[in-house]
Amino acid sequence: MGKRLLEVEDLSVTFRTDRGIVRAVDSVSLHVDEGETLAIVGESGSGKSVTALSILGLIGDADSGRIERGRISFEGQDLIQQNDAVLRRIRGNRIAMIFQEPMSSLNPVLTIGKQVAEPIRLHQGASRAEAYEQAAELLKKVAIPDAAERLNDFPHQFSGGMRQRVMIAMALACRPKLIIADEPTTALDVTVQAQILSLLKELTREANSALILITHDLGVVARYADRVTVMYAGRIVETASARELYANPRHPYTQGLMESIPGLATEVGARLITIEGQPPDLANLPRGCAFSPRCKYSQDVCLQKPPTLETISQDHERACYGYE
Amino acid sequence: MAMSEPVIETSAPLLTIEGLKVHFPVTKGFFLQKQIGSIKAVDGVSFELRRGETFGLVGESGCGKSTTALAILRMLTLTAGRIVFEGSDITNYTEDQMRPIRQRMQMVYQDPYGSLNPRMRVRHIIGEPLAVHGVNRRSDRYRKRVDELIDLVGLLPDMADRYPHEFSGGQRQRIGIARALALAPSLLICDEPVSALDVSIQAQVINLLTDLQAELGLTILFIAHDLSIVRHISDRVGVMYLGRIVETASRDELFDHPKHPYTQALLNAVPVPDPEVESRREEILIQGEVPSVRNPPAGCHFHPRCPVAVPQCRLQAPALLPTAKGAMVSCHLVHSGEGVARVHGGAWGQSKGSE
Repeated sequence: MGKRLLEVEDLSVTFRTDRGIVRAVDSVSLHVDEGETLAIVGESGSGKSVTALSILGLIGDADSGRIERGRISFEGQDLIQQNDAVLRRIRGNRIAMIFQEPMSSLNPVLTIGKQVAEPIRLHQGASRAEAYEQAAELLKKVAIPDAAERLNDFPHQFSGGMRQRVMIAMALACRPKLIIADEPTTALDVTVQAQILSLLKELTREANSALILITHDLGVVARYADRVTVMYAGRIVETASARELYANPRHPYTQGLMESIPGLATEVGARLITIEGQPPDLANLPRGCAFSPRCKYSQDVCLQKPPTLETISQDHERACYGYE
Repeated sequence: MAMSEPVIETSAPLLTIEGLKVHFPVTKGFFLQKQIGSIKAVDGVSFELRRGETFGLVGESGCGKSTTALAILRMLTLTAGRIVFEGSDITNYTEDQMRPIRQRMQMVYQDPYGSLNPRMRVRHIIGEPLAVHGVNRRSDRYRKRVDELIDLVGLLPDMADRYPHEFSGGQRQRIGIARALALAPSLLICDEPVSALDVSIQAQVINLLTDLQAELGLTILFIAHDLSIVRHISDRVGVMYLGRIVETASRDELFDHPKHPYTQALLNAVPVPDPEVESRREEILIQGEVPSVRNPPAGCHFHPRCPVAVPQCRLQAPALLPTAKGAMVSCHLVHSGEGVARVHGGAWGQSKGSE
């Protein structure tokens, strides 16, 4: 692994809602090294997307969100302290994002060529002709047939899989050091999902870019991630290398998640082991560990205050008072 | 559906569909609506459901699995084919004739938000099928049956008088299942029943379905794209591609020895949630995307993406024919005796528990 690229420390993000202040991300600390793939896993509302948006500096007034505290250090710069002008030079250039919905994240009235060329012109000061030439090159790289001719097409002329390839081309345009992909293939069919993810993996490896892969699919994580962070109700409950996490999950929530997948821990056709209850309401979290109401090991201490993330072995952290 | 009668094994299937076709017209023009073509959403699908089994129907979006379900319920006009349910040929039944049949086959939908009326109390959502079929909403029979159903799907009695928005996705899906069971159907068609739910909740609903099946002797048609869930719940599995069945087989046969190149590709494309297995597995991707159902390729629909296609595949659509192991496969190569070499690493076969 390369050297430290991104370091998030003690990040908390709150949103003002009708039901009061909701802390969508609470005391999150994680890091990404150069060239590695970190998966952030969690169910809806666990805070994985908000974490990603915070890294990009996209939590703003418009959505009533606020970074309450924390530090996001990228290539040695604290992103939270930077103004918009600086952030704009970083976004799309040093850090790029791939969103879930390739349909709504492309501008429907601009040609594909213009959209792929835009970051190149903006960040690298290339001329129109140069930028279009590079755009064609990028589309070829993401395996879009007849790339040069398709520059003048509009997004609706592309299929879902092809649009996601375009998004990847745009993300790669400036050879960013970090790509954040938020559920990049959830909207796609499985055979296309496999194509897109291996393409993404291959191209990030080639460019030595790091990848943060946000997903809820533990199969995707197993195939593509080097390390995994598991989130629950806004907090990180466990971080470990992928192999370690699957072989030796140490947080009761991670264990429950692994057990509830058919065919992983259980015999085919046997009764699935479930996590009883439901994910908590963020506006009304329990005082202690948010998982304690569903946890079979819950003790008195769990109800007092949330446990902090602690290192339990090399490259394995968890936030749990311990059940052993 | 007594479990004590072993005769059931050999008795007639609960549902047989043969050569089912559902074509939607493509029209042009505003007034004269000239038909210029058709979308063959379902194009010659045959399979049978044996009593008490779960049949998983898988395939990518647009392959016709949901249309097949709606066609079985006769909620769409059939273009061709035959549907035999509990011994009666219901293909040409009128709406009146279908009413009692629909008590015997019920549907659980994908979206637990869109499929429950937000302005009705849970009691009346669950009881609606009873009311539709003539049970008085004020009667004891109605109230008792609803209470029974609420208990059956693991909800609490005091939940009956609440509204859908007060429930989580998993609970709503329980409400949808209770409604489907109200008339004691023999066939439950579940169309992606857990794909809208969080992972930790999916297992709860899957367990509920298997419990109910054991308790009530239900036959389940389980439509899904999540192969690990299909593998878990199904006795037999059918794979669809662009409106046609490419393979049906017992669960173990399908996952351990997939015959059709598309089935093999599909199994390979789905990552197994185990980094050890994944690191041993060779990733072989099939190229391209599912073609438009408006203009499917000639011959075998899969041939443009098939790694082993031969000239015949471009010309002639293969028939769905039985193999030695009791599977049905629609592939020229499988039946020409050459067979299809496995194009994928077979990790599904190596994972735990093949009975």
